[in-house]
Amino acid sequence: MSQDGTHTGAQLIWESLLREGVDTVFGYPGGAILPTYDAMVGYPIRHVLVRHEQSAAHMADGYARASGRVGVVVATSGPGATNLVTGLATAMLDSTPLVAITGQVGSALLGTDAFQEVDITGITIPVTKHNYLVTGAEDIVPALREAFAVARSGRPGPVLVDITKDAQQSRATLDWEAAAPQRHRRHLPPPPDSAGLARALELIRHAKRPVILAGHGIQLAGARAEVLALAERADIPFALTLLGLGAVPATHPLSLGMMGMHGESWVNRAIQEADLLLALGMRFDDRVTGKLKAYAPNARKIHIDIDASELNKNVPVEVAIAGDLLEVLRALLPEVPVADRSSWLGTIREWRGDSAVRDIQNLPDDGHLYAAHVMHDLWRLTKGEAVVVTDVGQHQMWEAQYYKHDGERSLITSGGAGTMGFALPAAIGAKLARPEAEVWVVAGDGGFQMTFAELMTAVQEGVKVHIAIINNGYLGMVRQWQAMFYEGRYAATPILSPDFVKLAEAFGIPGQRVEARGDLAAAVARARAAAGPSLIEFKVEQEDSVYPMVPAGAALHDMIRRPSSLAETGSDSA
Amino acid sequence: MLQASRPQVLVVYTDDEPGVLTRIASLIRRRGFNIHSLTVGPTERAGLSRMTIVVDSEAPMVRQAVEHLRKLVNVLEVQQLGERPKVVRDLVLVRVAAGSEVRSEVLQLAQVFRATVVDLAEDSLVIECTGSLDKIDALVDAMRPFGILELGRTGAVAMARGTRTPSPRNAPVPLRTGTGSEAMSV
Repeated sequence: MSQDGTHTGAQLIWESLLREGVDTVFGYPGGAILPTYDAMVGYPIRHVLVRHEQSAAHMADGYARASGRVGVVVATSGPGATNLVTGLATAMLDSTPLVAITGQVGSALLGTDAFQEVDITGITIPVTKHNYLVTGAEDIVPALREAFAVARSGRPGPVLVDITKDAQQSRATLDWEAAAPQRHRRHLPPPPDSAGLARALELIRHAKRPVILAGHGIQLAGARAEVLALAERADIPFALTLLGLGAVPATHPLSLGMMGMHGESWVNRAIQEADLLLALGMRFDDRVTGKLKAYAPNARKIHIDIDASELNKNVPVEVAIAGDLLEVLRALLPEVPVADRSSWLGTIREWRGDSAVRDIQNLPDDGHLYAAHVMHDLWRLTKGEAVVVTDVGQHQMWEAQYYKHDGERSLITSGGAGTMGFALPAAIGAKLARPEAEVWVVAGDGGFQMTFAELMTAVQEGVKVHIAIINNGYLGMVRQWQAMFYEGRYAATPILSPDFVKLAEAFGIPGQRVEARGDLAAAVARARAAAGPSLIEFKVEQEDSVYPMVPAGAALHDMIRRPSSLAETGSDSA
Repeated sequence: MLQASRPQVLVVYTDDEPGVLTRIASLIRRRGFNIHSLTVGPTERAGLSRMTIVVDSEAPMVRQAVEHLRKLVNVLEVQQLGERPKVVRDLVLVRVAAGSEVRSEVLQLAQVFRATVVDLAEDSLVIECTGSLDKIDALVDAMRPFGILELGRTGAVAMARGTRTPSPRNAPVPLRTGTGSEAMSV
């Protein structure tokens, strides 16, 4: 601060971040953001230098998802800013609160195609909740305050603030109170409407075969206890979306497991035969519903979500309540009648028994290492207490199926966008947000090669993440689709990998390779004992597929089931 | 003019801030709507713009569009006029080929529509007309046989009938921070 009480715009950025409670930012310097980097030196905020801006956005995303706080990313103009786009889209589709601060060329140069100028606010309109172009130092604090408020409020999401170089360099007075945000309040959901609540209660009271669909919104709303109370009181089993895993405990007696394309058959069958679906903080994504016309045909549907635009969007429902899930459930709970639905639960248990015999964990060991084994053992060895950050593909689904997530915010994965390369950077962010947590990266050989440069970031920052690469020599999920739906033509899916153990060593990280299930436990123990990051490459069965599977466009109960012997599993004969 | 789906009229109050139009157009484009017309102008309150958006779509789709519009930070309020009694007006300027042999006929027709002649050239006339979308369509159809040389329509401006619908009060002063291009008028 100068003698006249003003700050530079760059200082105002850091002052704002401090007041918003930010302790860590992820970023990469460059010309148009240099004044801000220069000013950073005087502030107690940790800056994590990434190797690519996309990873900075994923790190901020992982940080936010692991902690529930707003993740912050800083980048320069032009390519620095455009490299954030994938990360912003990922955060947008999975409702992660994120603030991206980008430098912009001087305001006098705007629109002249100046060096490293791109119209980043124009580019990011579809992948952000809102964005700002700030051309004066006096607008920095109001824009940032509103950006944080928008990112956090309602359905959370990413917000970008683009600040010209001259705005960072000129001076303004810091008036925090005067900059209090207001506009984000315009669209906050109203209190739950009583007619909707009454109708919902009525449906719950009369349901014989109800199922709760538990989504990501439960974690975002902090409504875990209320959802459990509702489930227990009304004796309703819950099925989880991919992002809902961990929202309510997997090992709870009422937990069915994951629903949808790779959900277990008893879960999808329970949904298809339900007479009531109670959808909580989820959005009826196509991976969850299968063919819409055949989705839960006999079920009445109640949908509670903070985002009114999700209501009646894909699935028409009988009761739609726009509101904060916590608030709605608190209003609903005292009125929910205690019930006993043991006959419905018994029916589901029978279906479950039928599926259990096909579970790869119950098939005789043929000496090969299967990814499902790795996930199961990892779950057992970490006592289910790790934060697992997955990439996208087959391993992601095996993780979702075989790592039983009990804890909140214990699975971090790119659900909506399906962003390969997400895991390693997001895990670094997660570990920085929760240093006490044991953080595992579960990645495929394909996705890992997209962002493995961030190994160096983990080393430079001393971030202890354990990396499990599930190497099957293919872009596995795409290969699975080719096997099942493209007559086995493996176009561009075989992928060569470097020697991951040597690669790890090149980064100064201990690397191990596991090819037999018997060696798995010892390798995990060594990894956990390492001082910093470590890497294990699991060489798994190459042509194994994720079962069960609802083919895209098929009805939810129309599943390709797991073959009943491992020999068949390995060759994709469905 | 026949249309498959009934045009739906939305009135949207927004901050008068650079980039708002881009956001709204982008949102509608992303959701795959055909915009029939979109007009923007200032309101009785400083800092507030009012848009009239006419879209051709089925009602449930329009309801979705409304919900998405309501999520935009810059949007204060969205009114879906639907079946409510409303005034919908469009202005057209049409240059019609009108040589001496048909001129009186064109003028007569214009009179039927209570349109005014705003320009007169040797072999053409410019007619101005305000009215409902249907009326304008009918006028255009009536002029078509003479030869339409140029046509400009403003798109609809709409308002619900009856008790005045007040524009949102207590609108916070918008930030002077918007989206790229439109903010660049230096």
